[in-house]
Amino acid sequence: MVTTTRNIQFREALREAMEEEMRRDERIFVMGEEVAEYHGAYKVTGPMIDEFGPRRIVDTPISETGFAGLGVGAAMYGLRPIIEFMSWSFCLVAADQIINNAPKILYMSGGQFGVPCVFRGNNGAGGQLGSTHSWSVESMFSSVPGLKLAVPSTPRDAKGLLKTAIRDDDPVFFLESERMLGFGHRGDEDFSPYLAGGKWAPPTNEEDDDFTIPFGQADIKKPGADCTIVTAGRPVHFALEAAEALAQDGIDCEVIDVRTYRPLDIDTIVDSVRKTNYCVVADQSWPFASVASELASQVYERAFDDLDNTIARVNNDDVPPPYNRSREQDMLPNARKIAEAVRQTTYNA
Amino acid sequence: MTTAATESKASDPPATDLGPDQLLQKLYDMMLIRRFEERTMQSYMQQKIGGFCHIYIGQEAVAVGSIAALRPDDSIVGAYRDHGIALAKGMDPRHAMAEMFGKVTGCSKGKGGSMHLFDKPNHMYGGHAIVGGQCPLGAGLGFAIQYEKKDNVALCYLGDGALNQGAFHESMNLAAIWNLPVIFVLENNMYSMGTHIARGTSMADDLQAKAQAYGMRYAECDGLDFIETYACFKREVANTRGAENPQWDRGALPDYRKDGRTPGPCFINVRTYRYKGHSMSDPQKYRSKDEVGEVEQNDCIQRLVRYLIDRGLATQEQIDDLDKQAKQTSSDAVKFANESPDMPIEELYTDVYAQPFGPFGKGEAAEGFRD
Repeated sequence: MVTTTRNIQFREALREAMEEEMRRDERIFVMGEEVAEYHGAYKVTGPMIDEFGPRRIVDTPISETGFAGLGVGAAMYGLRPIIEFMSWSFCLVAADQIINNAPKILYMSGGQFGVPCVFRGNNGAGGQLGSTHSWSVESMFSSVPGLKLAVPSTPRDAKGLLKTAIRDDDPVFFLESERMLGFGHRGDEDFSPYLAGGKWAPPTNEEDDDFTIPFGQADIKKPGADCTIVTAGRPVHFALEAAEALAQDGIDCEVIDVRTYRPLDIDTIVDSVRKTNYCVVADQSWPFASVASELASQVYERAFDDLDNTIARVNNDDVPPPYNRSREQDMLPNARKIAEAVRQTTYNA
Repeated sequence: MTTAATESKASDPPATDLGPDQLLQKLYDMMLIRRFEERTMQSYMQQKIGGFCHIYIGQEAVAVGSIAALRPDDSIVGAYRDHGIALAKGMDPRHAMAEMFGKVTGCSKGKGGSMHLFDKPNHMYGGHAIVGGQCPLGAGLGFAIQYEKKDNVALCYLGDGALNQGAFHESMNLAAIWNLPVIFVLENNMYSMGTHIARGTSMADDLQAKAQAYGMRYAECDGLDFIETYACFKREVANTRGAENPQWDRGALPDYRKDGRTPGPCFINVRTYRYKGHSMSDPQKYRSKDEVGEVEQNDCIQRLVRYLIDRGLATQEQIDDLDKQAKQTSSDAVKFANESPDMPIEELYTDVYAQPFGPFGKGEAAEGFRD
């Protein structure tokens, strides 16, 4: 593997993945609101329109049901659409197309028509956007068979997983975060310090023209011996921050980034728990029937005898996201909450 | 629809470019749907078929007339009343019946059922059971055809109930702004379940307004008349084939007209009628027996039979013979379905993913179905 130290934003990693795959495969196109002439509402597509033209980088009207479903139909025909939701919050008006059609058509057609379509966009609270714009959809959607769901946390994972998503023959829900798009580039306090200096940057195409990260392989972002923290996406950075604080108290955490909830690499998690005997699960959706609940349940089923205490879950508070800046931060998972959960669950260690 | 066409219909019987043999073939296709559906109803009553089951009887000229105007490699997608369009597009009646019986020899191995018939070799992109949900897929087929620079067209069938779903309107808009080679085929049987179109759809007596709102071409035809339906689709398919996207010219703004553009997408209002209930469980309290009886006097199959006999293009004997064949094929389909093996438990876990993981398996091709 080539090591690289280039400082690349999360959004640039996403763009690289799309550009490289689009040069490789003429069937791939990008469609969504403001992806072409505006260069993307969050500048993920950037100037891609200049290279690929309006046939392959397609601006849509504000019509999520229409263009998400169009992507499903085009994928059935044999194209490889990348459908961008400006925010996953907006996918809710396209629910019939993305969770009723996309993941079920292969099955309902007895294997005749696959839907190799990527739906991607920002997931999770952006920053004082209020309840309707702050959805985290991983818990809701990862319960649907037929789709795959990836939640990258670093530019390296973003590029490698998106390339895999584009090459995959099944519908993939790809959950980014607008709070991470500039990671490693700007010094904003909301951004993670764990990417400074190009850490976790992906290789360039010149360095590795076949760089991909397979689905269903969790990544140990920080090894440790005392407690396993399982998470994905933005909360990975909260977990790393918590682990740093806990290390000062002599608690050595292992941070596991599951990277894809479907397929889920439960083996890596269980192996870690067998070693540490303690487990904390964090995700940025509501606690009831969340991916954290599912992970906890699966760990109990497989490693009950190895646990020295109950598993602690860290989720959003069970309320709609508020507008108020401080209260929104209180409502979301953060490093403080994760550290607290680790201390509580490991108190008898 | 042009005024000229309306006038010519009033005076002369419509002409057709189909020869006697082709007309007889189309008559047979309609008879097959009729007889097939009779066996479907019978099998449903015998509880061989479960779930929701929507019968196509009365609308045969719509499926056969529209698909007769297509090339075999043109695509179609439809709603849940899909038996007729699946058969007209070429699905083997045995695979259609076996699917409804939940057998592994069905087109979807028993995973789809009556409302979800799919046939890839015949470019039939499925029956879709959420009202209006197939409209964006139809736009997607048109988009893909245009993207690949092919000269095919896609037909997207919908019932009058779908006119009031957002998905329909969003799809019409996308088809218009990108000038997609797709035809939205309204199978207007006047009832959305039990709700008359005038009770649920604004401008029900002037549906051209729906097309004009999007600057899309509009046509209408009598869906109880095969000859007229075929002629309408022949014309409009030609007017749709080769539609080009004005926005591929970067920075160009599309030019919309109230009467739409040619070649470009089209909205066709096909006036038809279903003789049977919305589904098998419908007691039909919302309409009178007289209303149904009146339409039955105007039956699409009988009209084509009269057309052929009156012009000396076929003998009654030939027609009886075709009907006998249709009955035989339908009962063969039931026999095939009856004798086929049930969907096995192993199939429960296949075809969930094209690239499976964990407990999911890779599906095998259904017997004698996929290419």
